[in-house]
Parts: sequence; C-alpha cells; structure tokens
Amino acid sequence: MALLDIRQRSGYLFLAVTLGQILLISAQVNSKSGVPVIESVTFGIFSEVQRGLSGGFSGVRQLWTGYIALRNLKVENEALKRDLAASQVAVQEQRALADRTRGLERLLDLRGHLKLNTVAAEIIGAAATPDFRTLTIDKGTRDGVRSDMSVIAPAGIVGRLVVPSLRSAKVQLLIDRNAAAGAIVERTRAQGVVVGGGDDRLRMEYVSEVFDIVVGDVVVTSGIDGIYPKGFIIGKVESVERAGGAYKRITIKPAVDFSSLEDVLVVLTPTPAREAAESVSE
Amino acid sequence: MKAIGVIVAVAVALALQTTAARFLVRGSVAVDLVLVVVVYVGLTSGPATGLLSGTFAGLVQDALSSSVIGIGGLAKTLVGFLAGIIGTQFIVTASLPRFVVFFGATVLHAVVFMGLYVLLDLRHFGAPVAAVAGQATANAVIGVVTFQLVELLPGAMERRRAGRSRMRR
Repeated sequence: MALLDIRQRSGYLFLAVTLGQILLISAQVNSKSGVPVIESVTFGIFSEVQRGLSGGFSGVRQLWTGYIALRNLKVENEALKRDLAASQVAVQEQRALADRTRGLERLLDLRGHLKLNTVAAEIIGAAATPDFRTLTIDKGTRDGVRSDMSVIAPAGIVGRLVVPSLRSAKVQLLIDRNAAAGAIVERTRAQGVVVGGGDDRLRMEYVSEVFDIVVGDVVVTSGIDGIYPKGFIIGKVESVERAGGAYKRITIKPAVDFSSLEDVLVVLTPTPAREAAESVSE
Repeated sequence: MKAIGVIVAVAVALALQTTAARFLVRGSVAVDLVLVVVVYVGLTSGPATGLLSGTFAGLVQDALSSSVIGIGGLAKTLVGFLAGIIGTQFIVTASLPRFVVFFGATVLHAVVFMGLYVLLDLRHFGAPVAAVAGQATANAVIGVVTFQLVELLPGAMERRRAGRSRMRR
C-alpha cells in the first residue's frame, strides 16, 4: 500500500505539480496568439548557450579532423591534384556548354530567374527534444531574418524560420510533423502538398490518382504557399502506392541530408505570393 | 546541494542533446538524453526529487521546442515520479532491471506525450511504434552505461547506500 500512498509528501507534491501543468497547458491551448513570451525569452537565452557550446564542439571536431587529415596529407594532396586537373577540364566543358545555353536563351527570349537575396547562416544547435525537428542558426532579426522566411541548402529546401531572436533563430525542418510545403512533380506537373512525418522521409499528399508518378521523379516547390520560392528541389519520389481513395500515397526521400547540415541560406526575398498578401494587408 | 546537482545534470543533458546528439545519432533513431537524466535522478534520489527534476527538465524542453508548454513537463513529471517509486520500492542495481526501467520509462513518456497531443487535437503521429521502440532502446542503453560509469567513480556506491538508508528513514 505504501507504493502509491497519496498521503505521502511526494504524492501531494506530484498532484500539485501535475495540476499546475494541466492549468498551464489549458491556458495555452485556448490561446490563439503567436509565439508565447516565455518561449521567446527562454529560446533567446538558451541560444546564446548553444552558440558557445557549438563553438567549443566545432573546435574539438576541427582539431580531430585536422589531426586525421595531417596523417594522410601526402596521399590526399596527390589525389586532390588529380581531382583538380579533372575539375579544370570539366569546368572548361561546362563553360562552353553555358555559353551555348546563354546563346539559346537569348534566341528564345527566355527570362532569367530572379536572383534571390539570401544570408548565410551557421547551425549552432539542434532541437531540445527528439519529438520536434528544429535547428538553431546564428542569424537573427538584426541580420534581417524574420518569421516564415524559407531556409535552403545547396541540395534543396531545408525548412522555414519559426522563432527569430536578436542574434539567432529557430528553423522548423521540412521533416517536422507540423511542416508542409506546396509541391509539384517536375516531370508531370502534378501538384500536391509535401508534409513531414517526424522521421527522415516526407509524404506528398493530395496528388490525384490520374497522374502518372513513378519512383525517381523529382519533386520541387510550387511557390503557392507563400514561404518557399518556386522551383527548389524538395526530393525524389521513393515509393508510390494506390491509397484506395482519390489520391495516391507518395513517399519522398528529401534531397537534403538533415543530419549532416552545417551551413544554410535564409532567403530574404519574399515570394510573389507573400508580396501579394502583404500588399493586400497594407 | 542536490537541487544544484539536478539542475546541472539537466543542463548538461540539454546541451549535449542540442549539440552532440545530432552528430552521434543519424537517421530516424533519436535519443532523449534529458529523459535519461530524469529517470536516473528518480531511481537514485526518490519520487519527490524525480518528479521535480522531471517538471523542471520537461518545462525547459517545452519552452525550447515550439510546443505547448507543460505537455513534455507533465510526461516527464510522471516518469520521474514513477522512476522514484520504483527506485525506493525495488532493488534496481543489475543492468537488466535498469534497462527495463529506462525502456519502460521512454515508452510511458511517449504514450503520455503523444496521447496528450492527440487528445488535444494538436498533432498527429501516424504509426510511431518503430520510432518509439528505437528511442526506448537507445535511451535504455545510454541509461545503463551512465549508471556503470557513475558507479566507477570513487566512493559512488557508499554515497548511494547512505542516500538510500536516509530515504528509508
């Protein structure tokens, strides 16, 4: 009986703490406001600790990799020289190809892509709990970043900015359960919504059964969500199943390896959809 | 003095969780180092300290995670409290019982955490069985290893026996 004796001091304490937290949850669930103040303040303080720790951790990692690299420096140097020579030849070929492409573009009077204004950011921390897929970057509001700006990497879309503080910001990864992006299959132009599942794969939803989608199809952003710029790679179709209803069940392997990200780009230029929404609200 | 120790342990676990964990564990397997600390504190210090450390750790994690503040706190409070009760009522000194406690605590935490989110219609988790099982195994291995490492420290067993006799009194 002593196992769960409610008369014990710890039993009362447990009840009091539980009740307090239930009240706390109730207060937030009913609220429709944006980021809670307590979250913003706690995040701002903790991100500074993360910045310091990340610096120390990177230093140790660099020391380690530097030591390993020194042991194989001669062999690596020779391999790099060979790679450089091969790359120089490849660059010449690509330059010739680019010149030809530019000529064709002029001929066809194609408009070039708009240049995006971006700011580079270093990742200084990960999520405090594995149930949420977020990262902390070292750029904040003083660098011009703000909520709902998209974050990209050379391989493709990373996620969107959710909590900016003065010198850092939290990024919700596309693989988070609450993340979503407007998407389009490049080959067939089938539109849908890509959502995260909390693991290392994405799902594409609301794609009609009538569309021809095959494994390996490239999925890119459609730009209709007002967050992500149009045409950026999300990933490749890994499996397609008949869901039984009007839509297909599509699994996507993200183009970005989220576990090894170190640097990202925050897109400062608003998307056309966002510009339109902002001009309407003004 | 014990409170400071718990705060430092939770802070270290949070720091490792947000910096080192993403480099050490890849893919869909995830560890919750903070939960490991809460269960460890509960087992070694009793239900009162266990639940308070769970409350503190859970609330800090919630505040840092864009989640509803209190859900993780409530889950960890329950886990810390029950780990404390198990620590005082049963002998949990061998590796296998410790593994079972850490594994069970992670599963209970996931059930409460996800259950509250689903109950409040805030998030949906699909089929999380494999992810929870992976996390529970990883947490249990880290928990057992942590116990072994702490017990290697000089005088750790004596301090633990003294603490346990104080709890019984």
